[in-house]
Amino acid sequence: MAGRNGTAPLLEVVGLHAAVAGNEILRGLDLSLRVGEVHAVMGPNGSGKSTFTNVLAGRPGYQITAGSVLYKGRDLLTMPADERARAGIFLAFQYPVELPGIRNREFLRTALEALRTARGEPKLSVREFNKLLEEKARQMEFDPDLMKRSVNEGFSGGEKKRNEILQLSVLGPKLALLDETDSGLDIDALKVVANGINAFRAPDKALLLVTHYQRILNYVMPDFVHVLIEGRIVKSGGRDLALELEARGYEWVREAVESGSV
Amino acid sequence: MTQTLERAYGRYLADFQTVERDVRAQQPGWLDELREAAFEHFREAGLPTARRGNEPWKYTNVGPIANSEFAYGAAPAPGLDASSLAAVAPWCTVWHDLVFVNGRYSPELSSHRPTIEPKGGLKGAVISSLAEGLALRGDLVRRHLGEYARYDYDGFAALNTAFLRDGAFVYVPDGQEISAHIHLLFVSTSQSPSVSYPRTLIVAGPNSKVTIIETYVSLSGGNFNDAVTEIALEEGASVEHHRVLLDRDAYHVGLTRVRQGRDSRFRSTAFSTGPALARNDFSVLMDGPGADCRLRGLYVTAGRQHIDNYLTIDHAQPHCTSRLYYKGILDERSRAVFGGTVFVRPGANKTDAHQEDKNLLLSAEAEVDSKPSLEIYADDVKCGHGATAGAVAEEALFYMQSRGLDAETAQEFLVKGFASEILDDVMEPLREYLEKATTAALPRFQRGENGA
Repeated sequence: MAGRNGTAPLLEVVGLHAAVAGNEILRGLDLSLRVGEVHAVMGPNGSGKSTFTNVLAGRPGYQITAGSVLYKGRDLLTMPADERARAGIFLAFQYPVELPGIRNREFLRTALEALRTARGEPKLSVREFNKLLEEKARQMEFDPDLMKRSVNEGFSGGEKKRNEILQLSVLGPKLALLDETDSGLDIDALKVVANGINAFRAPDKALLLVTHYQRILNYVMPDFVHVLIEGRIVKSGGRDLALELEARGYEWVREAVESGSV
Repeated sequence: MTQTLERAYGRYLADFQTVERDVRAQQPGWLDELREAAFEHFREAGLPTARRGNEPWKYTNVGPIANSEFAYGAAPAPGLDASSLAAVAPWCTVWHDLVFVNGRYSPELSSHRPTIEPKGGLKGAVISSLAEGLALRGDLVRRHLGEYARYDYDGFAALNTAFLRDGAFVYVPDGQEISAHIHLLFVSTSQSPSVSYPRTLIVAGPNSKVTIIETYVSLSGGNFNDAVTEIALEEGASVEHHRVLLDRDAYHVGLTRVRQGRDSRFRSTAFSTGPALARNDFSVLMDGPGADCRLRGLYVTAGRQHIDNYLTIDHAQPHCTSRLYYKGILDERSRAVFGGTVFVRPGANKTDAHQEDKNLLLSAEAEVDSKPSLEIYADDVKCGHGATAGAVAEEALFYMQSRGLDAETAQEFLVKGFASEILDDVMEPLREYLEKATTAALPRFQRGENGA
């Protein structure tokens, strides 16, 4: 398929149907994404935003009933979650998980080691890792003491989200999936998190951001905006579409879809 | 009695007669009488094999112990030396080690001096075998031995007392602190399954301080350890106690009895892995106002192992604080039992007690029976309890795998993280040893050790 910029898509989702406990959530989702691009998927509650990113990241508990997902031309859906991560996919969780007794620094170092090995990169020494971590933590205005604590345990909501983006910047994946990373952040934290996301942007990387609100798109400028309603992308456009959604809500899109005018 | 039991008990009688012949002339009369009374009790009570209507043993069947024959006084398998011990048990060159092989004190393998020289300011402290203890401080041994772990408690306590001829004795006088940790290492090793009766008495005088590590390690399969430990804390004493059970493929019944005087402080961790069948019967009597205890435990089971923790904290006096927190990691078809009871006696007002048991089940076939209970007969108390048996933590595993960790590494992190809440309370180098022992006890993590 000849695409934008003439490059093959990094991620190609075609007619994806997915269900949780027998309830179909995704109902024929199509999306194509290339390196260098930032896509925002917006939608009301229950439209399937989190299901979409979770299915892409390989969370257990979803049944894929139809459709396909190709990542770098490979069938993504047959790969276990850890293999997807080692192939370059990263999910920033909407609700980051607390890992009692597992130290943040040790966890991140082990993860980076696994990814670097998969990427054929040499092992980092402890000193090199600490230097990298220190630099990234400074960028994220992340309290260094939190690196000594258990992963996310007792962290505030904002600290958990910052930790997700810190992981993103340290691990350096190819494709970042951000699941409502902006929710629950005050404006200062939102700016810091957005800076972290922008620092990740690069011509050889891609970003898929799902969000309910367009607020974060004031700081992270998307190339494409998609509207997800009832498990399907019903409308796509540029950044203007996000502003229109902000002004008019999701209802007009839904009505337009139902009347067949979109 | 069934014929099998008759035969097994006949064996205990023959062994008892051997002990009588060997030690009668050496032991003081009061100890002979104690042993004889204990054996009489055993003949009447037998082992607690009945399970119906036998509440303390409801979930644990001691049939495998009652129906087996164990050699008593077995000769140790050859080749045991200090360096081989360091490879199979926690070891630290600055600990005072007292080593017991098949229940008998081994001066050759031990690194301690029976009495600590007065120049260290430790006048009168005793760290010795029980036999030496009887010679040095017979008065103290007589006052305390069998006082807290009474032989008529059950058949196992009776047997241990009946076979009382050796063991460990620690005494810390008034206001003194033994800074080096005392390690009591009980090793079982023999050609065929053998039985040992380890016995430990620790007396911490007023305002004294001491740290004790009790390790049980079985180097050959099928052995039976029937252990009793008594710990007396006088007013203001502070004792840290670590009980380490590494009795691989063995049977172990351990009875620990702690009596706490006024304002004393007791800290304990109990770590158990490996046995075919183990019982950790641990009980603390809060016998003086202001006493404070914290009991923590970690049990790790796999295969068809069975570990039963049977814990009691008895608040007999007001203004005492107790914290009981045990955690279990269960894999394959193993089984664990947690029975925790906190008694608050009439008049024990201002009691502050909490107990909790948490379990991580790595396999759908593993099973835990967790029964924390409170019996409160006083007003104005603060008590709580809880128990959880968590399924495999899917969410945590997915989170780790989504960062690139393979399933095995993620599980290992999960297990270590779960264990750390208990182990972080343990001093180095024991903590590190126990962390390794935790993953070593789970066959699913053995790949890394054999391979790369």
